[in-house]
This record gives sequence, C-alpha cells and structure tokens, in this order.
Amino acid sequence: MKNQQDKTNNKAKQQDDILRNAVDEEYKYGFVTDIDTNVIPKGLNEDVVRQISALKNEPEWLLEFRLKAFRHWQTLRQPSWGHLHLPEIDYQDISYYAAPRKKKEGEIDPELMETFDKLGIPLQERKALSGMAVDAIMDSVSVRTTYSERLAELGVIFCPISEAVRDYPDLVRKYLGKVVPYTDNFFAALNSAVFSDGSFVYIPKGVRCPMELSSYFRINAAQTGQFERTLIVADDDAYVSYLEGCTAPMRDENQLHAAIVEIIVEDRAEVKYSTVQNWYPGDKDGKGGIYNLVTKRGLCRGDHSKISWTQVETGSAITWKYPSCILKGDYSVGEFYSVALTRNRQEADTGTKMIHLGKNTRSTIVSKGISAGYSQNSYRGLVRVAPQATGCRNYTQCDSLLLSDTSGAHTFPVIEVGNDSSIVEHEATTSKINEDQIFYCNQRGIKTEDAVALIVNGYADEVMTKLPMEFAVEARRLLSVSLEGSVG
Amino acid sequence: MNALEQYIGLYREYREVVERNAPAALNALRPAALDALATARLPRKGQEDYEAIDMEAIFAPDYGVNVTRLDYDIDPTESFRCDVPNLSTCLFHTYNDVPHISATSRRNLDGVVVETLTEATANHPDVLAGHLGRLARLDDPTVALNTLLAQDGLLVYVPDGVSASKPIQLLNILSAAHPTMVVRRLLVVAGKNAHVRLLACDHTQGSGTQVLNLQVIEVVAGRNATVDFYDLEESGTDTSRVSSLFVEQHEGSSVLVDGITLMNGITRNNSHVQVVGEHASTELLGMTIASGHQHVDTRSFVSHNVPRCTSNQMFKYVLADEAIGAFAGKVLIKEGCPRVEAYQGNRNLCASPSARMYTKPQLEIYTDDVKASHGTTIGQLDEEAMFYMRTRGVSQESARRLLMQAFMSDVIDGVRLDVLRDRLHYLVEKRFDGTLAACTGCAICGK
Amino acid sequence: MLEIKDLCASVEGKEILKGVNLTVRPGEVHAIMGPNGSGKSTLSAVLTGNPAYTVTGGSVQFYGKDLLALSPEDRAHEGLFLSFQYPVEIPGVSMVNFMKVAVNEKRKYLGLKELSASEFLKLMREKRAVVELDNKLASRAVNEGFSGGEKKRNEIFQMAMLEPRLSILDETDSGLDIDALRIVASGVNRLKSQDNATIVITHYQRLLDYIKPDFVHILYKGRIVMSAGPELALELEEKGYDWIKQNND
Repeated sequence: MKNQQDKTNNKAKQQDDILRNAVDEEYKYGFVTDIDTNVIPKGLNEDVVRQISALKNEPEWLLEFRLKAFRHWQTLRQPSWGHLHLPEIDYQDISYYAAPRKKKEGEIDPELMETFDKLGIPLQERKALSGMAVDAIMDSVSVRTTYSERLAELGVIFCPISEAVRDYPDLVRKYLGKVVPYTDNFFAALNSAVFSDGSFVYIPKGVRCPMELSSYFRINAAQTGQFERTLIVADDDAYVSYLEGCTAPMRDENQLHAAIVEIIVEDRAEVKYSTVQNWYPGDKDGKGGIYNLVTKRGLCRGDHSKISWTQVETGSAITWKYPSCILKGDYSVGEFYSVALTRNRQEADTGTKMIHLGKNTRSTIVSKGISAGYSQNSYRGLVRVAPQATGCRNYTQCDSLLLSDTSGAHTFPVIEVGNDSSIVEHEATTSKINEDQIFYCNQRGIKTEDAVALIVNGYADEVMTKLPMEFAVEARRLLSVSLEGSVG
Repeated sequence: MNALEQYIGLYREYREVVERNAPAALNALRPAALDALATARLPRKGQEDYEAIDMEAIFAPDYGVNVTRLDYDIDPTESFRCDVPNLSTCLFHTYNDVPHISATSRRNLDGVVVETLTEATANHPDVLAGHLGRLARLDDPTVALNTLLAQDGLLVYVPDGVSASKPIQLLNILSAAHPTMVVRRLLVVAGKNAHVRLLACDHTQGSGTQVLNLQVIEVVAGRNATVDFYDLEESGTDTSRVSSLFVEQHEGSSVLVDGITLMNGITRNNSHVQVVGEHASTELLGMTIASGHQHVDTRSFVSHNVPRCTSNQMFKYVLADEAIGAFAGKVLIKEGCPRVEAYQGNRNLCASPSARMYTKPQLEIYTDDVKASHGTTIGQLDEEAMFYMRTRGVSQESARRLLMQAFMSDVIDGVRLDVLRDRLHYLVEKRFDGTLAACTGCAICGK
Repeated sequence: MLEIKDLCASVEGKEILKGVNLTVRPGEVHAIMGPNGSGKSTLSAVLTGNPAYTVTGGSVQFYGKDLLALSPEDRAHEGLFLSFQYPVEIPGVSMVNFMKVAVNEKRKYLGLKELSASEFLKLMREKRAVVELDNKLASRAVNEGFSGGEKKRNEIFQMAMLEPRLSILDETDSGLDIDALRIVASGVNRLKSQDNATIVITHYQRLLDYIKPDFVHILYKGRIVMSAGPELALELEEKGYDWIKQNND
C-alpha cells in the first residue's frame, strides 16, 4: 500500500517536473535584426507628436486629432483595474517612433526581407501563400504590402494607414476614431496621439474579398513602443477575413505595444478578424517581454451585419485586451472566440464586451484559458442588453484549465439585461487537466507531454476551428510548442 | 456634507450618551470603527461591486438614531403573536434595535444561550471578548458605521455539544413615526458539535415613513458544528436594509444561509464567508421576488482558505414591473487548497419589459486541483411550457404563476426546516398571485 | 362538432397547410395519416392555437363557435384536447397542482363550482386507473424525467381528467413499445363515448389496430388528398406512401 502511495507521488512529481520544464521552452522569434533605424529620441511631448505627424507628411486635421488626443491623455491615469501587475510605466523613457531606413525609395532592405522570411512571412508575391495578402509592419512603419494592385481591381483598398491618409483622406477621416474615440481609455488616447502605422482596409459594397488579408507586426528596435492602428470598413454586403500576427525580439526590458483596431460593418456585411498573438513573453523569471495593451472594437452599424473575433494569445508578458462588438444594427451578430495560454510569469486579462443596442441581436462568447507555471489568466467580459434591444440572445461559455498548482485562473463576467424578451446565458468552469485522460493516453503509449498537448488542443478546438485554415495550423503548432514540457 | 459625516457628527456629539447606554464589549469596538471611518466614503453607484446601488443615497436621509435608548411604548410580544400551529420556535423579539426577551422565550432552549449583548457582558464576557467584532470587516464603511453606533443586540451561544431541538426565531420589527435608522447586531457562536437553526424575520409595521435597518451579523461555526440560518425579509416599500453577514467555518462545520426577500424597498445583503477548516461545507441560497420599485442587491463572497471543502451557492430572482435585481458573487480558492469544490449559480427571470437585472458571478482560483464553476442565466418563462399548460385549459395568468413558483421551488426545497419550507411554498404562491401585500404581521406566522 | 374549411396556415413564413377540409361528428374516430412533413402536426398545432403558427386562411367551427378566435385555454375549456407528440417537461410544477388548476379553471369557465381538495384527489385516483399511471408519477413534476411511454400515458391521464369532447392524438404511438401502446390505446377506448370524438394522427397503421377509425384521411403537402373508411389505412400500409406521391405529384 505504501509502495503504491510512493509510486503515485513519484508520478505526480514527474508530471510536475515535466510541467515545470515547459517553462524553459525558448522563444524562437527572439532574434534582433541588425538594421539601420530612424528613431525619434525618447520622451513624449507635443513636439514629438508634431514630429511624428511631420515625418508622415500628415494633413492638418490629423495633427489636430493627435494633439487633442495627447492633451486628453495628459489628464488620464494608467488604469489599474486589471487582474495584472502592470507597473507604472515611465512614458518618457520610451521612443515613440522607429523606422527601418530605406536604402532607396521603393526598395526593401534585404535584411528586412530575410527577417520576415525567417518569421515565415512571405513578402515576395511569388513566394506568397496563395490567397493571402500581407501588410508587414516593422516597428513604426509598414514595410511592404503585397497584392495591393490585384485587390485594387475589385475596389478593395488594403494599404498602410499612412498611405490611406494620403490617398483616401475622406474615407479615413470619416471613420478614424469613430468606434474607439481617443477619449475611450488611457491607452487609446496614447495611441491616438502617437500612432505610427497600421493597415487600412476598405471593402466596397457587395464585394467579397477573394483572399485573406493579413498584417504582420514586428517590434525590432530597442526601447521603442509600437503603436499601430488598424481601420477596417466593410460596406453593405461586403465580406473580408483579416488576420493579424505579431512577434518581437527577446530583450531584458519590457516593451510597450498599445494598438487600436477599429472595425465598421454596414448592412449585411461581415468581418472576420483573427489574431495569433505571439509577442515575446519574457523569460522564465518574468524578465522582459511585451506589455500588450490593446483596444479592439467593432461596430455592427448595419442591420444583419456580423463581426467575429478569434484570438489565440500565447505571447506577451502582460496582455490587456478586450476585442468587443457594438451591436447597433438590428439582427446584427457578434462573436468572440478566444484561447489564452499563459505560462512562467505571464499575466493575461482578456475577454470581450458585447453591447446589444439593436433588436434581435445575437452574440456568442467562447473563451478558453490555460494557465501554467506561475502565470495568471483572467477572463473579463461584459454583456449588456439595452432596454430597447428586445429579442436579444447571448451565450457565453468560459472555461479555465489549470496546468500547475502555482498558476491562477479567474473569471470576471458582468451581465446587465434591461428588458424581458432577451435571454442571456453564462456558464463557466475551472478545473485541472483530467488525469484519467492523461492516463488513458499513457496506457495507449502516448507520453504525458504529448498527451497534455493533445488534450489542450482538444480543449481549444472549438476556438481553433474558427481560424482560417493556414492560420489554424500555425496556431496549433504554437500552442503545442508553448506547452512543450508543460505537462501536468 | 456626505452621509457618513452626519452620523459621525452625531456620534461625536452624543458619544457619552451612546456609551453610557451600551455594554462595554460594544464600546470597546468604537475607536477602531471611528478610525476606519475617518477616510471612508460610502460607495456610489457604478463603483466595483456597486453596479446598481448607491450607498450614499441610502444613508443620505436625515435619519434619527435612538441613542438615548428610549423605550418604546409597546409590547412587541403583544402586537406580534405567533400562534400558528406547527411552527414551534423559541421566539425572541427585537423592536427596532431594542431586544425584548420574555421569560417564555427561554423555555425549551435546551442549553442554548440567547441573551442581549448587555446581559452577555455580565454572563458570557469570554464569548464576547473572543468573537464580537472579530469577523466584521471595518473596511466596509457601513459595517464600521454599525460598529460605531450599535448599542445592543443579541448573542446566540450554543456551547460545545449542545443541540437545540427547536429553531430559534428572531422576530425583528421595524416601526417608527419619524425617519429612523436602526442599528442591529447579532453574534452567533456555535461550539464544537453544536447544532442550531435560526430563523430571522424582518418586518416593518406601518408605511409612509422612511426607515433604514443597518445590521451586522457574525456567525462562528466551530468544529463539526451545524448552523442553519434563514433570513427572511418581508418589510415595506419605505424600508431600506443594509445587512452584512460574516461567517467563519471551522473543520467539518456545515453552514446554510438562506436569504429570502419577499417584500422590501431597497436592500443590500452582503455575505462574507471564510472557510478556515477542512471538510467544511457551505451553502448560500437566495431568493428574491420583487415588483413595483423594489430593489434587491446581493453580494456574496466565499473564501476557501484550506483544502477539501465544498461550497454551493444558488441565487434566484424574479423581477416584475420596474424592479431591479443585482447579484455580485465571488468564489476565491487560495493557493494550496486542492480538492475544493465550489459552485455558484444565479438564475433570473425578468417578467416585465422594464425590470433590470445586473449579474457578476466571479471565480478567482489559485489552485489547480479543484472543481469550480458558475452559471448564470437571465431569461423568461419557457414559451413551450406555457403553451402546453394553456392547451390543458390553464389560463395564461395561472400558467405564469405556476411556472414562476416552479422556478423558485428548488431554492425553497433547500430549506431544511419542514414547516418553514411548506410555509415558504405557500408564501411564494401568495406573493405571485398578489395577495401577500394584504398579509400583516409575521409572514411565517401570518394569517 | 368540428368543421374545418379551407384551412391554410404557415410557420416562420412557410406555408404548410394549403386548404384543409374536415368534418367531425360526435362519436366518430378519424385517422389522419400522411408522410413526414405533410402537415399533420401543423394541423394539431393550429387547432389548439400554438402561437408559433399563423393561420392565413379558412375557418374552423367547433360546436358553432369560431375556434380560431379563442385563446388556447378557452379552446381547452370548450373541450378540445391535444395529446402532444413531444410532451414538454415542466420542472418544479407538480402534476397534482397542474391538474388541479386545469380542472378548476375549466369548471369555472363552465360555471361549475370548483372541486374541493378531497374531491379532486378522488378524481385523480379514479382517472389514474384508466391508464395504469403510478401514483409516484402523478406526484412528480410534469413529465420531468418520465420515459417516452410514461409521458404518453401521462397525456392520456390528463385527457381522462379533462374529459374533452374532441381529442387529438398526435403520433401518440411514436416511441411506444407494444405494452405501452396497448395501455394507451385501451385508455383511449375506455374514454370513448357517443358524445365525444377522436382524431388520431399517425404515420403508421399500427395504432389503428388498437383504435379503430371510422374514417381515414390522407394528408399530403398540406391538403387532404384522399378520404375513405378504415380499409384505406390497410391499403396504404400495403402500398406505402410512394403510392400517394405517385398519384398526387
């Protein structure tokens, strides 16, 4: 009997060890590209804001927008309500603009090409995955956008937002800051003041974008923040699927990433937005890593419109992000599918808001949290049904899986319903990985480490299947890699 | 001037009177309460855990406090007769915040001690010294305010191994001709292997006068003790209630708290449970039926500080007319607490277009080998079931009523006191067909 | 008693019934047969007033009253009963309480005095015997946790309690084994009289071996395409529904 007990203990210890080892898995995107970079010196004041605007030859209205945002930002304090240990960031110790220097106009530094190649992001169109157009962004500027011309034939605009400001000023001005106003929150105000680049997408009436649009974000320069801004507009009956990926070098200091994504969807249009977030998470002791503080929000303005957010979050030291939907049009639909994996000392506070304003609007939330090591993983959500929004439905399911006894999983949903014809359901569970399942796999000859990867992948499957295919393959691989050694 | 300042000012002015008319055990708690209040502010609507309720507004009216302990010219045992057959309890009255204990109350107590805090100061000083004010958290300004102003209250002390055969009923009557705040205090100490069932009934006599019931309840459940606490509010639309319950559970103890609101004005119920001994089980149930402009706001917090415990929560609301309901619950499982099983449920029916429900069920978990889940729904009656019943000739109104009663039935069935359970089924039925308003006196014993 | 004329009805904008005509007199048993999707269940839903269905044309007279103008509960009070194909589970509502309200509201509608508790329980006991319904089932919540056969027996028990003038049995045989079928059918037969009538909706001949129809109608694509005596059911059983499809497409 005692022997049996010892064996069990040994096994448990073994599992723990394997789990702990997971923590040591290396971040494979952590290299630095040695490239000539134009950097505005550290610090933030009105002059810096003017300088960024001037570097981009921006029109007066945009400079005004930035300055207003900057002045508002100065009145705000960094939010502290997240279940996070976000330190007071010294905003004067960050550089707000870094641009890889171009050798010649229109040419891309071969080093840069190589960097994106190494990351698996094809910038040469002949090499490109079929059916995917890419906007690659290094630090503060867009490096290259592929397939723009082909898309232009359909009237689809896909270009860096800095170009869009120049080439389609009316469109940008009409929509910029309309879903996420600069007054929205501290980081939104900061981004509005100093945003450098990002993608702009416009899908005209009735057009189904024939390929996936993708932007790839890379932080390279040291001591630099990245503040990109993405704006997607789908006009009546339009459809687009948009993908976003990101990585950063391994550095000892924390780097700030404060982005804004705005989506506007008109009558019967649909936007599907997928993210695989793999910013550098810091080392196993929690040193370094990206602070990922992002405001993402979509407005279903038209009747029968739809926004679907899918995210796989494995990176960043701290993630603070709530991709949300404002369901204004009647019968509009919002979806949020999320997998967040944290390990080592990572902290994630992520979730969504579904604001039901239109009648008969529907939303679905599926959130899967996985916590390993010493990490903290929180779901935070809001479902609000306005009094006039009759006949609404929401279904929320958020599950947490704990892979270590030193990690935490938390659920903070808020639900407000203002009428009697809507139905809101929320279910949440938190549990340890099922040992019977692991044993079953073991018995079939699968080692514990692989069994955990299998089980976690199965657990995340409901979300993974929402990703476009190529992306799903990448995300599954990423999940397995992140779990390597992470067995428990 | 904010609302707290008026009461702090009152205390400073009448400090000597307050303390002269109160037992030493309560006076000893006041300095810390005053300190806590020095920088405190009452939470405003929209603050964390106060999404739907404005505490400042609740305390804002110019309430009088009976600091001089004027005796009421009434015998509550006369005005509230409890003579319904089947419900046999040991009955103790509290008229506003003044306890009245008659000789007959103490019959059949089987060794359980029920005393005013003033009496207990003389008879059971060690119990008071060990527990009074120990669990109540002064970081909640309403709890600090209660501690600052409370002048008496009740002690229910169940010594080790004592088991009370009869439930102890605390009949609390609120009655005032002028806007009044009553400051109630209850301490329940159940020793090792002790068993006790408590039933608190809150009533308001008369209407048209704003009254506020500010109460703090502390419950200590010792090793293997069982404490069942039923807390029934059947007050009036002009009654505000701010009640904070603190529970500490030791090894193997079992605590059931069932909060029932059938009629009220605005109510805030806080439950705060600390589980400090293994193999303890906690059951928190809540039932609210609100119509008109009733507002019921519940906050529950269960902290699992040790391994191998279970907690189960179920709060149900039926809201009609302009009623507002809110539920904010949190289950905390601390690091190093394996084998804890926790469930938290909140189910709500909105029965009118302008009823509002806010719900915030939360889990905060720092141990992996646990089972924790929560579920919440906000919805309406099942249309299919409605139609089925109507094809059997049941009118729409009756079908609604039957389904609403059915919705509440599992919470009522959680009541472990048979007579009370039957009575509650009956009361809920009456509440749904709108005849409860006509019922006067103690709802449990009602006519 | 029942006169259906050119009845048209739709659900979610889709027209299902496209002009149904049917007359039922006291003492008669009518069988309505038809392939899946022909509109059989829609007919029962429309007759009992299911709000999910919209009547788009035609009329239904029940003892001279405009049935379609009545609420579902008043239709029940007038003596219309539907045995559901899929009886709903209603957790928390006990059978006793449910039937007490149903019986007394009907009595009130008919201007009769409500039953006392003891009278009611006596009635329950009597009627339970008709379908051999266990006392335990009667004391549980409506249909909750009942097996398929128990649910159907419970339907016939309710029919016995409410003493309808016209009963519609919607696929009452589905999901029943042979013993349950026998019990249910004998219950129905015992409740039959010269003053009431029954419409049996079924896909198969099987039930009609136990409940003998006077008339058999075949519903197809929202219309009654054939009406005859009991021999039609046998012919249909032999030739299959393809026979109907060939003749009517």
